[in-house]
Amino acid sequence: MNPVNYLFLSALLFTIGAAGVLIRRNAIVVFMCVELMLNACNLAFVTFSRMHGNLDGQIIAFFTMVVAAAEVVVGLAIIVTVYRSRHSASVDDASLMKL
Amino acid sequence: MSFPLLTATAALPALGAVATAAVPAEKRTVAKWLALLVSLGTLVLAAIVAIRFDPDGARFQLTESHAWIADFGVRYELGVDGIAVALVGLTALLIPFIIAAGWHDADPLAEKTTSRWRPTQGFFALILLVEAMVVISFLATDVFLFYIFFEAMLIPMYFLIGGFGDRAHQHGEEEAGRQRSYAAVKFLLYNLAGGLIMLAAVIGLYAVTSDQLGSGTFSLQEILQARADRDLDIATSTERWLFLGFFFAFAVKAPLWPLHTWLPNAMGESTAPIAVLITAVVDKVGTFAMLRFCLGLFPEASQWATPVILVLALISIVYGALLAVGQRDIKRLIAFASISHFGFIVMGIFAMTSQGQSGATLYMVNHGISTAALMLVIGFLISRRGSRLIADYGGVQKVAPVLAGTFLIGGLATLSLPGLAPFVSEFLVLVGTFARYPVIGIIATVGIVLAAVYVLVLYQRTMTGPVKSGLEKLPDLRVREVLVVAPLIALLIGLGVYPKPLTDIVNPAVGHTLSDVGEKDPKPEHDARGGDK
Amino acid sequence: MESLIGLLVAAPLLGAAVLLCGGRRLDRTGHWLGTGLAFLSFAFGLVLFTDMLGKDGEHRALHSHLFSWVPVGDFQADVAFQLDQLSMTFVLLITGVGSLIHLYSVGYMEHDERRRRFFGYLNLFLAAMLLLVIADNYLLLYVGWEGVGLASYLLIGFWQHKPSAATAAKKAFIVNRVGDFGLSVAIMLMFTTFGTFAFGPVLANATEAGESKLTAIGLMLLLAACGKSAQVPLQSWLGDAMEGPTPVSALIHAATMVTAGVYLIVRSGAIFNGAPDAQTAVMVVGAVTLLFGAIVGCAKDDIKKGLAGSTMSQIGYMVLAAGLGPIGYVFAIMHLVTHGFFKAGLFLGAGSVMHGMNDEVDMRKYGGLRKYMPVTFVTFGLGYLAIIGFPFLSGFYSKDHLIEAAFARGATQGWIFGSVALLGAAITAFYMTRMMLMTFFGEKRWQPDENGELPHPHESPKTMTIPMVILAAGSVAAGFIFNLGERFVHWLEPVTGYEHGHLPEPLNVPLITGSAVTAMVLGVALAWVKYGRRPVPAVAPRGNALTWAARRDLLQDDVNHVVLVRGGEHLTRSLVYLDHKVVDGVVNGTAATVGGLSGRMRRVQNGFVRSYAVSMFGGAAVLIAATLFMRAV
Repeated sequence: MNPVNYLFLSALLFTIGAAGVLIRRNAIVVFMCVELMLNACNLAFVTFSRMHGNLDGQIIAFFTMVVAAAEVVVGLAIIVTVYRSRHSASVDDASLMKL
Repeated sequence: MSFPLLTATAALPALGAVATAAVPAEKRTVAKWLALLVSLGTLVLAAIVAIRFDPDGARFQLTESHAWIADFGVRYELGVDGIAVALVGLTALLIPFIIAAGWHDADPLAEKTTSRWRPTQGFFALILLVEAMVVISFLATDVFLFYIFFEAMLIPMYFLIGGFGDRAHQHGEEEAGRQRSYAAVKFLLYNLAGGLIMLAAVIGLYAVTSDQLGSGTFSLQEILQARADRDLDIATSTERWLFLGFFFAFAVKAPLWPLHTWLPNAMGESTAPIAVLITAVVDKVGTFAMLRFCLGLFPEASQWATPVILVLALISIVYGALLAVGQRDIKRLIAFASISHFGFIVMGIFAMTSQGQSGATLYMVNHGISTAALMLVIGFLISRRGSRLIADYGGVQKVAPVLAGTFLIGGLATLSLPGLAPFVSEFLVLVGTFARYPVIGIIATVGIVLAAVYVLVLYQRTMTGPVKSGLEKLPDLRVREVLVVAPLIALLIGLGVYPKPLTDIVNPAVGHTLSDVGEKDPKPEHDARGGDK
Repeated sequence: MESLIGLLVAAPLLGAAVLLCGGRRLDRTGHWLGTGLAFLSFAFGLVLFTDMLGKDGEHRALHSHLFSWVPVGDFQADVAFQLDQLSMTFVLLITGVGSLIHLYSVGYMEHDERRRRFFGYLNLFLAAMLLLVIADNYLLLYVGWEGVGLASYLLIGFWQHKPSAATAAKKAFIVNRVGDFGLSVAIMLMFTTFGTFAFGPVLANATEAGESKLTAIGLMLLLAACGKSAQVPLQSWLGDAMEGPTPVSALIHAATMVTAGVYLIVRSGAIFNGAPDAQTAVMVVGAVTLLFGAIVGCAKDDIKKGLAGSTMSQIGYMVLAAGLGPIGYVFAIMHLVTHGFFKAGLFLGAGSVMHGMNDEVDMRKYGGLRKYMPVTFVTFGLGYLAIIGFPFLSGFYSKDHLIEAAFARGATQGWIFGSVALLGAAITAFYMTRMMLMTFFGEKRWQPDENGELPHPHESPKTMTIPMVILAAGSVAAGFIFNLGERFVHWLEPVTGYEHGHLPEPLNVPLITGSAVTAMVLGVALAWVKYGRRPVPAVAPRGNALTWAARRDLLQDDVNHVVLVRGGEHLTRSLVYLDHKVVDGVVNGTAATVGGLSGRMRRVQNGFVRSYAVSMFGGAAVLIAATLFMRAV
C-alpha cells in the first residue's frame, strides 16, 4: 500500500483535531482534539520514517508520546480544578485573563 | 590603593537607605534619626571631598577607575572637578534639611499605626536612595555609568511623588490621590522618554568611539584625551545627532521650555520637601550634565546649537516668570519660578563665557539653597492651613511673624536681591551672556522685574492685609522648623557677601570646559583697567 | 582712618541685625540701641570729615579695599570703599538727618508695638544708603541701591495689615526694579566696554569710548535714577509711598534715598559729559518732573502727598541741574543738601501735626493750628520759607544758582529750561503757601475721628521737637554757610569739576535773582487770594479738568493700570491657558494617542482560548504558506 495514503489520513486527523479545538466548548473534548492532533503528527512522523528509511521519525514519535502523556497529566488536573471551582468545563467561561 | 572617598560618599546614603528600610514598623523615630545621621555623615564626606580637592590641581581629582563590563568598555570611573564638588556639596547639604523638614510628612495616619504598614521607613529610605544616585551621577566620568544612575533615580522619585502627598488637599483626599498619580506618571514618562533618546545617543557614541579608536569607550577622560590628540574626530552630522540625543534628555530634566510641563504637576502634588528634592537636587543633574557632557563630548555641535538653545532659555526665563505671575497655587508658582531660573542656568552655560558658566554653576547651588528655603517655609505654611491656594491666605504676617519673615527672605533670594547669594550668580549669568549676545542679555534682564512681581504679589496676598478667617490661630514656626530654615538663610547671606570660596573652586573647572569648546572670553573694547590691577 | 569707613556701614548694620534677630527681649531698649548706633555712625562721619578738612583738595579721597567679592575671569568685583568729598557730603547728610529722625521716631512710634522692628529697618536703611554712597564700584553701589529699595519696601509696608500700605510697598519695589533694570544694563555695558565697573578706571577713561556707547550707558543710568528718584515716567510710586510712617517719608522719601538718583548722575558725570544726548534726556526728565510734581502738589489735600509732589518737583530741579554738566553738578548737590534739611523738617512737622490730630492727613480738616502747636508751626514755617526760596534762607541760594545755571546753558535750551525752573519756583511758592494756610491759619475745620472724638491738638514731645528745631536751623542757615566764599563749590570741585557759565545777553545775575523772587511772591500772593482771604471749604470743590487730573497724579496711575496691570493680567492669564492647553496639550495629546491605540489593540486579547487558537493556527498557516512560497520562488 502506498505510504502516501497514511499521510492523507494523518492530515485528515489533524484537520479534525484542529476543527475540534476551534469549535468545541467542552474543555475535555478540546483536550481530546489536541491529543488527536498530536497523534496525527505521530502518524506522519512514522510514515516519513518508513518512507525515508531511517529511524529519526520513530524516535520523535516516542518523544511526542512522552510529552503528550505529561500534558495529559497537567492538563487534566487543570480541567478538573476549573470544573470543581466553577462547575463547568466550558473553555469560554474561563476567560479571566482578558482585561 | 588609597581610600575610595568618592565611592564612599555615594555608597553611604545607599547603605543608609537599605538600613532605614529595614527598621521595624513600630520604630519610626529610629528610622528618621538613622536617615538624618546618614545624611549628615554624607555631608561630612562631601566636605572632606571639597577640602581634599585642589582647585589648581588636575582637572579630575580623587579619581577611581575599575573595569566593569569589559566587553563593552564600560568602566566604573569616578572623579570630581570643581563643578562636581560644588554640586555634590549642594546635594549633601540639602538632604539633611529635606529630611528634617519632612520629619512628620510620612507618619502613618492614626488608624493605621498598628498595622505593619511602613511608609515612614520607605519615605526616608527613598530620599537617601535618591541622594546616592544623584551623587554618583555627579561623580561619574563614565558616560554609561552616568546614564544608568541618571535613569535609575526616576524610580525612587516616582514613588516619592506618587506615594506621599500633602495631608490636606483643597479638593479632598480622593482627587488628591488621582492628581498625585497623574503627576508621578507624567514625571516618569517625560523623563523616561528623554532618557531613552539619550540611550540611543549613548550607544551611538560607543559605535563612533569603537569605530575610530579601535575599542569602544564611554570614559569621558579618554574621549577628551583622544579628541585633544586628534585621534577622535566625529563627523559633523553624527556629532550633532548625538548632541541632540544627550541634550534632549537633559533639557527634559532641567527643565527647558517647552519640555517643562511635568515640573508644575510634580512639584505641586508632592510634599514640600520632595518638591525641593526635585527642583533643587534632581533637576540640577540635567544642567550639570549639559555643562559636563554636552559641552565636553560635543563641542562643535554645542556651538552649532547655541543660538537655538539661548532662545529657548530666554523663552523659559520670561515665560516661566509670566506664568508664575498668573498662578493661583503657591507651589505651582514656585515651580514656574524655577523654570525661569533654569532658563538662566542654561543661558549661562551656553553663553560660553567664563562669567556665564561660573555664574550658571553658582546659580545651580544658590537656586538650590534659595528654593529650599522658600519652599520649605511654604511647606510649613501649607501644613498648617491645609491648602495650596493663594486665595486661602492673608495677613499671616500678623499671626506668625517669624514664618512671614523667613518667607520674605526666601522670596527676596528668589528675586535675586543683592547681598543674597542668588544675586551674584544671576548677575554673572547676565553679564556673561551680555558680553557675547547683548540683545539676549538685555531681554533676560527683564526677568529681574518679573521676578519682583511674582514674589512680591505672592507675599502681599498671603502675608499682608487683614488676617483671613481661619488663620487667627495659625501657630508660628516651631523650633524644628526654625532650625531647618535658619542655616539656609545664613548660607544665602554668607554666599551673597563672600562667594569667593565657591568661585575659587568653580573657576578653574569652567576654564577647562571653555577650552574644551575652544572659546575665550570676549575682550572689552577699551580696556580701562590699565596698571591699577 | 581708612578702617573707619567700613565702620560707618558696620554700626547701623549691626543695629539692624541685633534688632531684627534679637526678639522681644529688646522691645524696651531696642529703639535707643538703634538711635545710638545711628549717632555713632554720624560721629564716625564727623571724625572722617575733620580729617578730610585737614588735607588739601586733591588728596582728600580715601580708599579702603576690604576683600575680593566676585572674581570670575575679567569680572573682578571688590568690596571696596571710596570716600571723597561727594561721598562725604552724603555721609554727613545721611547720618545727620538719619540720626535726628531716629530720635524723632522714638517719640513718634512710642505706641506702636512693633517699634523695635521699625528701628531695625531704619538701621538697615542707613547701612544700605551709606554703602550706596561710599562704594567704589557700580556693582557694590547696586547692592546699596537695592538695599535701600528693600528698606523702603519694608518701611512703606510697615503697617502691613493695611492693604493700601502693602500695595504701596509692592508698587514701590516693582517700579524701582524697572529702574534697577537700567542700572544692571549700565553695569553690563561698562563691563563690556571698559572691562571693569570701578569708578576710578571707568570715569577716568570714559572719553576713550565712543559717544554712542556713552549715550547708551548714560540713558540706562538715567532710567535707574528715574526709578529711585521718582522721576517721570517712573514717579508713580512716590505718592503711594506716603502710606509709610511719617519719619520714613522724611528720611527715605524726602531727604536721602530718593536723591540717590541725583548722586548716581553726578557720580557718573564723566560719562554724561561725553554724551550730550544723554544729558539732554536728563534735563528733559528733570524739567518735566519739576512741573509734574509741582502741579500734583497743588491739588493734593493729603498733606503728605502734597509734600511728596513737592519732593518729586524739587528732585526734578536737581536732575535738571545734573543734566547741565559740570556747571550744574555742584548746585544739584547743594540743592540736594538744603532740600534734605527743609524737606525732612517739613515732613517731621507734618508728622507732628498728624500726631496731634489723631493721624488725620486731610488738610481740609486742619486749620488754625498755629496756636496749638507753636514749635511745629515755627519750624514748619521756616522750612516753608526755605523751600519757596525766601531771600537768604537756604532754598533761595541753591535754587537761585540752579536757575542761573539753566539760563547759562544759552541758546533755546537754556531759555526753555530756565523758564521752566522759574515757573516751577512760582508753583512751589503757590502750593507750599496753600499748605501752610490750610494747616496753620484760618478756621478750625476739625472733624471727629472714627471713634467720634474731636482731635485735641497738642505740641509733640521733646524727642520729636528737638530734631525739628535742628532741621529748621539747618534750613535757615545751610545755604548762607555754603555760599560764604563759594565754600561748597570749592569743596566739591575736585570731584565734580566746575565751570563758571556765562549768562546770555540781556540776562544778568541780579535780573534772574529778581525774577526768581518775583515768581515766588506771585505764587504766594495767588495762594493767599485763593486760600487765605476766604475760608477753605471742608469738602474739596470739583474744580476744573486739570485739578481733577492732578488729584489723580495726572492720570499716570490710570495709564499704568490699564496698560501694564490689566494688560499684564490678560497676558499672564492667556499664557496660563496656553500652557495648559497647547504646550501641555501636545504632551498629553501624545500620551492620549498612544493610550488610545493601545486600547484598540487590547481588544484582541479577549480571553477566549479558542480565538487565541485561531490566531495560532492562522499564524502557523501564514508561516507555512510563506515558507512554501519562498521555496517555490
